[in-house]
Amino acid sequence: MIKVQKENFSIEKEIKKINNNFENIGAISSFIGTVRNKRIDENLISMTLEHYPGMSAKILKKIENQALKKWNLLGTCIIHRYGELFPGDQIVLVITTSKHRKEAVESCHFIIDWLKTKGPFWKYEKTKDNGYWVEAKKIDVDEELKWNN
Amino acid sequence: MNILYFSWIKDKLGKSKENITLDENIRSVAELINYLKNKDETYKEVFNDISSIRVSINMEIANIEDPIHINDEIAFFPPMTGG
Repeated sequence: MIKVQKENFSIEKEIKKINNNFENIGAISSFIGTVRNKRIDENLISMTLEHYPGMSAKILKKIENQALKKWNLLGTCIIHRYGELFPGDQIVLVITTSKHRKEAVESCHFIIDWLKTKGPFWKYEKTKDNGYWVEAKKIDVDEELKWNN
Repeated sequence: MNILYFSWIKDKLGKSKENITLDENIRSVAELINYLKNKDETYKEVFNDISSIRVSINMEIANIEDPIHINDEIAFFPPMTGG
């Protein structure tokens, strides 16, 4: 299940939904990305996530399908927010479930690495005096590439 | 043809989209970029270093050599920073 939304999400509710729809789940792995309160040494006021409507949902679906192809999974959930968020706010949720732990843990890690470089989202960080578009990091590209091996 | 711009590209150009009428000499992303660069100095500056720009055609990631057609939706954006 994938969603691109402005609203917040609840991990408990999403896990419950998966549990209601799938049987024999033995492992649940999850990741939540949140807004930090610092940009290097400046205090962060807010982070605005811009996305490409239509394409963002399409790419998320593609990432989910890749994970389903690579691992033997039960229910999965990817929720990515957009709009203006504040320090401590939740940005992204990934949940993967499987019979055994290895599949759930690995696929959750894979999805979040892919989202970093393939999700059509762009972050704008606002501090008291400045605004910055966050640049893609080489380390994120490297992390994503390791899954090709 | 609809062209969309995101992130700092949108900010620099001062617009998130525009509609252009393609002339028949523009058949690829590279030719479209050349056309845009000739529009004015701001476009020239934005598209000067294309290594920092990604492109999609109809919401699929594309390459600079890829062909484009009159009804395509083209988007230009910097490398993604999702997650």
